[in-house]
Amino acid sequence: MNYNRAIEIFKQSATYNLSLLLLKQAQDFFETLGEMGLRTVQVFKLIFFDITKKEMNWKLVIEQCSRFAVDSLPITLSIVGMCSIIISMQVAPEMVKQGGEKFVGMLMGVVMTRELGAIMSGFAIISMIGSAYASEIATMRVTEQIDALKVLKVNPIDYLFVPRVVAGFIMMPIIVIIASTFGLICGGIAAYLSAHISRLNYISSLWQGLYIKDISVALGKSACFGAAIALISCTCGYLAYGGAKGVGLSTTKAVVWSFVAICIIDYIFATIFFF
Amino acid sequence: MSIEVKNLTKSFKNKLILDNVSFKVDDGEILAIVGLSGAGKSTILKLICGLTKPDSGEIVVSPGDIAMVFQYSALFDSLNVFDNIAFALTERKEFKNKYTKEQLKEIVSQKLRLVGLEGIENKMPHELSGGMQKRVSFARAIVTDPKTILYDEPTAGLDPVSSTMIEDYIVRLKDELYASSVIVTHQLSTIQRCADKVIMLYNTKIVYSGTPQDMINNGNEYTKQFINACIDGPMKVAGT
Repeated sequence: MNYNRAIEIFKQSATYNLSLLLLKQAQDFFETLGEMGLRTVQVFKLIFFDITKKEMNWKLVIEQCSRFAVDSLPITLSIVGMCSIIISMQVAPEMVKQGGEKFVGMLMGVVMTRELGAIMSGFAIISMIGSAYASEIATMRVTEQIDALKVLKVNPIDYLFVPRVVAGFIMMPIIVIIASTFGLICGGIAAYLSAHISRLNYISSLWQGLYIKDISVALGKSACFGAAIALISCTCGYLAYGGAKGVGLSTTKAVVWSFVAICIIDYIFATIFFF
Repeated sequence: MSIEVKNLTKSFKNKLILDNVSFKVDDGEILAIVGLSGAGKSTILKLICGLTKPDSGEIVVSPGDIAMVFQYSALFDSLNVFDNIAFALTERKEFKNKYTKEQLKEIVSQKLRLVGLEGIENKMPHELSGGMQKRVSFARAIVTDPKTILYDEPTAGLDPVSSTMIEDYIVRLKDELYASSVIVTHQLSTIQRCADKVIMLYNTKIVYSGTPQDMINNGNEYTKQFINACIDGPMKVAGT
């Protein structure tokens, strides 16, 4: 009797409720992780079959490519441009003071090609495209549109995931090239305005800081970012349930998971290619 | 035999929804499934069209396409009416590149004519009323000339006139396609106008099976409670 009473009291305690909440979070985490793994295998299998059997829906891919690039480019350029202006404004005057004005361009080149261009574009794409993908597919899920796809015998993974993942893989490197170039130009202008570093000086220094390896790693990395953002966002949307709250939760989940994923991918690339 | 459901059992999260449910629907016949909310009616439709798998039991459906008209239409909101109706013909791998643009236009306008909505091909779903959306979803469902059509509360949320119109289309589609249909509904008018047979579900089991006329005239204590909309009776609404 006392034992049962003790259990009842424990069940009302904050420790018990907190433990339950944590367990639920952990269960949700592993479920999502498992689902991501499953969808990744499915999507890459479908991409392989679609390409080999020449059944890829290129119309949908092009539609998604234009959406991926056109919709996100203004915000991506703004973020990358502002970041590079801030870095340049902080670094250039200090380097001039230390007599290192010849290295400002080089530093900007290394920072932009190795990290900033890809990672900042990734963050911009997550907020613009990833969240849109997740909420769109989540809405389709809660309004039975995905069930309708299945009844019409159209594979929802092939129709919704594949074009978006392929578009992300193709367009992200292009966005990164444009954004990095824009960032380097903004950095040069900021260096001139804040530390009077001449255009010629900046460009010649920048040229020394650009390496083919850095650029190719950045392109490979950004292609992975694009595919990962699309895949994670689509999966989170696909797992949505409930109503408006479910759509909101899945969008939040897509953004958070995508942020974590691109940080992990970035770390893996840095470890493999620069250490 | 167009649809044969044998000893179907289904549960969600350890809650039994359907227990040993069996019924048959012949070619060109319409079966109405009635019951209280949460009785498992829509689950039966999802099991028949393969959206979910049964725990046990068997569903045999005659060869041919299965179409489903969803409760809230489930039109693809990013596509216009034409693309919605032509969707299966343009996106399904077996139909890809089978139809020319002209043929697709002809098929879509023919299906729209069938549901009395000619000339709205370029409209988006959000520009249509609830009744029109429902009719477009009918047209989308029948674009592949299915042999089995499932309707999930086709008249829910519609005014009485639109409901009657939808009921007429259900009968018309059955006659035109000679398809077997299953309708999940709460509306007596739909049962009377459309159905050849009725089954009633309660507490995971079929509690009545017969014709609509028999259900209304004779029936049993369950059907009487349902028809008279009584709170008192053998069926208890969940949560009361």
